[in-house]
Amino acid sequence: MKKIGYWLSTTNHKDIGSLYLWFSLLMFLAAGVMALLIRVELSHPGRILLEPNLYNQMVTMHGLIMIFGAIMPALAGFANWQIPMMIGASDMAFPRLNNWSFWLLPVGFGLMGSTLFMEGGAPNFGWTMYAPLSTTYGPPSTDFMILAIHVLGISSILASLNIIATIINLRAPGMTYSRMPIFVWSWLITSFLLLAIMPILAGTVTMLLTDRHFGTSFFAAAGGGDPLMFQHLFWFFGHPEVYVLVMPAFGIISEIIPTFSRKPLFGANLMIYAIACIAVLSFIVWIHHMFVTGVSVGVKIFFMFTTLLVAVPTAIKVFNWTATMYKGALTFETPMLFSIGFLFLFTLGGLGGLMLGIVPADYQYQDTYFVVGHFHYAIVTGVYYAIIAGVYYWLPKWTGRMYSETLGAWHFWLSTIAANLTFLPMHFLGLAGMPRRIPDYALQFADFNQIVSAGGFLFGIAQLIFVYVLIENVFFKKGKKAAAQVWECAKGLEWTLDSPAPHHSFLTQPVVTKSVHEWD
Amino acid sequence: MAMMISVRMRLKGSQVLVRMFFVLSMFLSPFIHTANRINMSEGVTPVSHEIYQLHMLIFYICSIVGILTFGVITYTILKHRKSRGVKPAKFHGNILVEVVWTVVPLVILIGMVYPAAKVLLDMDDTSKADVSVRVTGIQWKWKYDYLDHDISFYSNLATPSAQIEGLEPKGENYLLEVDKPIVVPIHKKIRFLFTSQDVIHSWWVPELGIKVDAMPGYISDAWAIIEKPGIYRGQCTELCGMMHGYMPIVLEAKTQEDYEAWLNNKGQDMDVAVAGDIGTMQLPALEPIDFDDLPKVMDKGLSIYKANCTACHKDNGQGMPPVFPSFVGTSIVIGPPEEHIKILLLGVQGKAMQSYADQLSDEEIAAVITYERNAWGNDDKEKYGEYAGSIVTPQMVADMRVELGLKEGRK
Repeated sequence: MKKIGYWLSTTNHKDIGSLYLWFSLLMFLAAGVMALLIRVELSHPGRILLEPNLYNQMVTMHGLIMIFGAIMPALAGFANWQIPMMIGASDMAFPRLNNWSFWLLPVGFGLMGSTLFMEGGAPNFGWTMYAPLSTTYGPPSTDFMILAIHVLGISSILASLNIIATIINLRAPGMTYSRMPIFVWSWLITSFLLLAIMPILAGTVTMLLTDRHFGTSFFAAAGGGDPLMFQHLFWFFGHPEVYVLVMPAFGIISEIIPTFSRKPLFGANLMIYAIACIAVLSFIVWIHHMFVTGVSVGVKIFFMFTTLLVAVPTAIKVFNWTATMYKGALTFETPMLFSIGFLFLFTLGGLGGLMLGIVPADYQYQDTYFVVGHFHYAIVTGVYYAIIAGVYYWLPKWTGRMYSETLGAWHFWLSTIAANLTFLPMHFLGLAGMPRRIPDYALQFADFNQIVSAGGFLFGIAQLIFVYVLIENVFFKKGKKAAAQVWECAKGLEWTLDSPAPHHSFLTQPVVTKSVHEWD
Repeated sequence: MAMMISVRMRLKGSQVLVRMFFVLSMFLSPFIHTANRINMSEGVTPVSHEIYQLHMLIFYICSIVGILTFGVITYTILKHRKSRGVKPAKFHGNILVEVVWTVVPLVILIGMVYPAAKVLLDMDDTSKADVSVRVTGIQWKWKYDYLDHDISFYSNLATPSAQIEGLEPKGENYLLEVDKPIVVPIHKKIRFLFTSQDVIHSWWVPELGIKVDAMPGYISDAWAIIEKPGIYRGQCTELCGMMHGYMPIVLEAKTQEDYEAWLNNKGQDMDVAVAGDIGTMQLPALEPIDFDDLPKVMDKGLSIYKANCTACHKDNGQGMPPVFPSFVGTSIVIGPPEEHIKILLLGVQGKAMQSYADQLSDEEIAAVITYERNAWGNDDKEKYGEYAGSIVTPQMVADMRVELGLKEGRK
């Protein structure tokens, strides 16, 4: 066991990748407990556990921590571990910066978490922090949240710069852009997205801060400002942010499906174009979060069109993954199970998104449980499934030991049953008229809410299997030793390294002669 | 039986899928069409019908796309597995196929934009309205102003807190009942204008097909022509603070005659019994109360406190500092009563405290202030000094209104 000082000062991309991943697991469990508290409160009509103000705090912190603390750091962990190994580099371009990017995260979440113990409670206005609820009406701890977001923003910006510099400069000889694995491509594009949007978020929360304390009225109608302006700024950041979460997930799935289909990725170039296309489109769809705010009808029609347009490249990806599997020779190890789960359930979330894009129908869906169901399909059974698939896929490479396929399959099937129990009935609740972010509800919503709560707890329990698998594999070194080529048909430079990958890899540069998408 | 099995054996995979789809849709359709418990309500306005049709159209398109895609994936999973001894194919691209599945979704989507845009333009036309009602969101109640009539009132949650806390059995319309519903006529074009006095709220009545944000500094609008009389319920759908979940909307659509009777009666129901479940709220006392009779004033004050103040300042008066101040021995309740009255009449600039000048009468304000100044041990003069336990009369409130310029007249 290495000392704390070692971990504080490490500049090794593998160490930092592990730090990111463990940190994100911790945050995932914390925010997951909050989700379960929410589900306890909603398990029956009436007040059960949380008084309304605390309920709102849980809703806010669950969202903020899951997005910025669990999903983003997990994907950054993959970037750190995998990008250097996949492009044949010995480390990231700026190792010290890399260390700092990570260690800013515990600082940011220390600030964010401390708000729970402050007088007046934690932020209670939802992760979207709409003004004036977050300005005039926000609790004092809002300022800590703003500072925390600044710290997390700096961390993201530095990590993105590092990833871009690494991919552009440190590719092994012969690793041209067209030969690059899709996962690396997805992170390259994601990094540019992050560079574009994190400063906008930083500026926006700074305006919140000055509205709160320095008498500016950016978002206060009484002072000539505009509360709608906050939503424009927030969603100009917020919509691309969704794709920041989704695109690396696309990358992971694009690595796993060919391996277990024993067939090269179908239409690899089109897959890259599709990611780039989604990235560009993500900047011109933000008003679809604001269709009921009273924006003009022309604006609504334009944004309805652009929103539906996003479905085209997304559909291409789903079709291409399907075509990759088609006429392959499939096996169903845990990474593949989660990838197929992703393929089904992310698509379901995407189809829900299509429905939400139709403006008149959106009037009935907006701010109801239909939306909650939709984005949990996209984020939990989409992005989270991809992360889990990726962990099972590369874990033997990281630790040198196989995990238990039996436990992996249990983890998959329990999660999948539970996720559908949790998120499918949410659509029905929303259509039947249940608004989101309410701590109590009318009696006709009671049955489905009970199912949702039960599903939520089952999902929570299923994730404990994953924690057990990880601890067994990493700390107790159980499981049989993994070969360098862990999976029969896995392609790419990382599989040329021993398992576990040596602490310093590619000290002599490998030479790449063909694309990972061209198989013999 | 044997024949059935043999028939099924002869079906190809694709045919099985098609049959499964039919069986599934036969099984599901009664649920989809009849029960609004899992599907959107068709509603009672032309707009809500159009929305419902668009919703079903896009739902069917999504279902077909989903079933085709999932069908192929399922087929692949069953058929192309290594355990069946298949050898993987080598292809990794096909320009024609890729062009097809780029263009086909594009065409479908453009096809969807057209009918949706048409409905949208129709919804946007709020001209030639017969009735105009301004809807103002306020933490945590709605205010309705009838622009062509001198009618204006607040609409509060009517569910007693005992039901929320589980001390009493929950009523049929738990959390979806108000003390005074908005009343509109059927078969007339009603124009709603939405704004807010504090944070962003959102006014949603599913059966009207209307959901519009009520935003401070903005006025947005929507219209409805309601086809049949009835009571339609909805809720605030934009997180608006602590009591967001307790801000229902009840809309009563009446026939023209009943509506006119309601108007002529200045927005009061002729027959209070019609209001049904509304009886739980205290109606304003007709007899003025005697402010020398402290227990009576305290009773009255307590009921107003429960209806308006408890959410933030709590039953025990301790509030939730620092956002919602405590009333136990703090300067507000033991300082000069004039300041206390000012806070209720003006609200507190830049804070969550709203003005109650329009919502409560002089007598009600006097009673609730007197309650706050005498409850929770605040009347202890030895401990808190000369102003402790003072009694505020309706006259003092009326004078303060004049002093603050809220009302014409002389002190």
